[in-house]
Amino acid sequence: MKIIVCVSHVPDTATKINLGADGKSIDNNGVTFVVNPYDEYAIEEALKTKESLGEGEVIAISVGPEVNKETIKKALAMGVDRGILLKDENPRDSLAVAKALADEIKQEGAELVFFGKQSVDYDNSVVGQMTAELLGFNSVSVVVDFKLDGTNIVAEREIEGGREVVETSLPAIITAQKGLNEPRYASLKGIMAAKKKPIDEKPAAEAKSYVEVVEMKRPAPKAAGKIVGSDASAVPELVRLLREEAKVI
Amino acid sequence: MDFSLTEEQELIKNTVREFAEKDVQPVIKQLDEDEEFSLPLVRKLGELGLFGMFLPERYGGQGTDILSYIIAVEELARVDSSIAATLAAHNSLGIGPIYYYGTEQQKNKYLPKLCTGEALWSFGLTEPDAGSDSRGTKTKGLLENGKWHINGSKIFITNGASSISLGSTVQLVSDIKNNEKEYSTIIVENDTPGFSSKEMHGKMMWRASNTAELYFDNCIVPEENLLGERGDGSRIMLSTLDNGRLSIAAIGLGLAQGAFEMALKYSQERKQFDRPISKFQAIAFKLADMATKIEAARNMLYKACWLKDTNQPFAKEAAMSKLYCSEIAKEVADEAVQIHGGYGLMKEYDVERFYRDQRLLQIGEGTSEIQRIVISRHLGL
Repeated sequence: MKIIVCVSHVPDTATKINLGADGKSIDNNGVTFVVNPYDEYAIEEALKTKESLGEGEVIAISVGPEVNKETIKKALAMGVDRGILLKDENPRDSLAVAKALADEIKQEGAELVFFGKQSVDYDNSVVGQMTAELLGFNSVSVVVDFKLDGTNIVAEREIEGGREVVETSLPAIITAQKGLNEPRYASLKGIMAAKKKPIDEKPAAEAKSYVEVVEMKRPAPKAAGKIVGSDASAVPELVRLLREEAKVI
Repeated sequence: MDFSLTEEQELIKNTVREFAEKDVQPVIKQLDEDEEFSLPLVRKLGELGLFGMFLPERYGGQGTDILSYIIAVEELARVDSSIAATLAAHNSLGIGPIYYYGTEQQKNKYLPKLCTGEALWSFGLTEPDAGSDSRGTKTKGLLENGKWHINGSKIFITNGASSISLGSTVQLVSDIKNNEKEYSTIIVENDTPGFSSKEMHGKMMWRASNTAELYFDNCIVPEENLLGERGDGSRIMLSTLDNGRLSIAAIGLGLAQGAFEMALKYSQERKQFDRPISKFQAIAFKLADMATKIEAARNMLYKACWLKDTNQPFAKEAAMSKLYCSEIAKEVADEAVQIHGGYGLMKEYDVERFYRDQRLLQIGEGTSEIQRIVISRHLGL
């Protein structure tokens, strides 16, 4: 069985982000990029699924510039069999990314596709679902448990205050939430083997972007905290503020 | 000149960093407190493929270069020295001599097991009365009727007495002719009758590593357990130490990096006189000096690795790196404690452990003084 996992290359959440000179992009200088953390759960689930089936192939696909190969390499080092870079040096909106992915998934003829539930750079959380819609695949998002039996899928989704159990069937797109599994380390064997695994590079299918980033802004600085006192006499005032002003109790 | 790491080196660095932060950091304080050697962590080092990583695949290695190995040790030491030392000793002192000097039969017998981490191997050199002066070695191995009869003892042997320690390469006197000692290295498995080992406790540093005393009481092993040529013991020992120095230097570098990062973070959080202490030049300059020393140390060590990886002589640079990295580890850890103030003296803060752990580095695998002798001899003095 051919399993596809879609991965994005995002700034490390621990990196300090500076705005670019054009005011609508980030300055990549000095920024460490990593595999989107939710995609690591997607990669792990794809690998586990292949291992439990005892056969198959896992393919990692990324849409974007040349540097995205680093993220594909990491996926290969974790155990993915081969990679595809759908190259586009220009930024795309979510739908244009989904169109490129859908086009490639169709060409590969895969019926099971994993995504992270969102990329931690732009946080739109829609590419997986859009790709499913474009392909006419079933779609289950924010998945914390996944079971495949033949062509049937039983998945658990995280919802407010609990879990929802859903059933669907292939072809399907699954978006992974933290808790789905514990992503494996890229072992040294995997890292050295990744050198010999192919990464296909081709232009991403043409697609118009309907959403344009016109400006990026830093969040407003946090307001200063308030100290209402330092001994027991401050408690009534603290309770009043928490209740009336902050409205948290 | 290209200072960038290769993709593989970058991936290895990230994998080991992630492992150290996720798997070592949460358990290490307790292991240090209890002076306990962790088999689960050894198993995980093995699963990652770190043991014997620079060996070819046919012996169970991963075929990496030496720089990748040194980066792995550095990344472990950034979080904890005991775990870094377990890897460094097993790879450089345990696996190294067998790989470089073993017969094909010896390599096939031991290396695959040593690379998975199911077994550890040690290097028996130091003795109670033979430290810097290894010519003081008293352990004897006499060849009689096709067997080596070994008597003596070794001390401060890393990885020598764990429950998975399989054996050691023992440096001993194999003959004395005209008052000249002949040195050889002999392979001794731990289950040989006459062999016994004892874990050493009460250590100030590397408390989660396994340190042993080895005893040989008429311990008899077959003639073919000779490693390398008879009489070649000193050369094998010296070249093993050249390699080992790179890994001790890597522990110093990683330890300095970890201590520096802790001090940097703490200085930005700790407020005195209404501002973070990092805003005071006295503290900022300390951090600037620490970062500069680490940068110099890393460049020196990586260059020594590059020399080895490109098959050029590297012994002088290895000694310089070992000397410099271990000296700056001391200075950086000391300043890191200073920046932490009173908290730096408390076990609750990791910097306290780093301060203790650095102290071995100027002593083990050739003291700083011995490194200076090695370097000065390379200068023709």
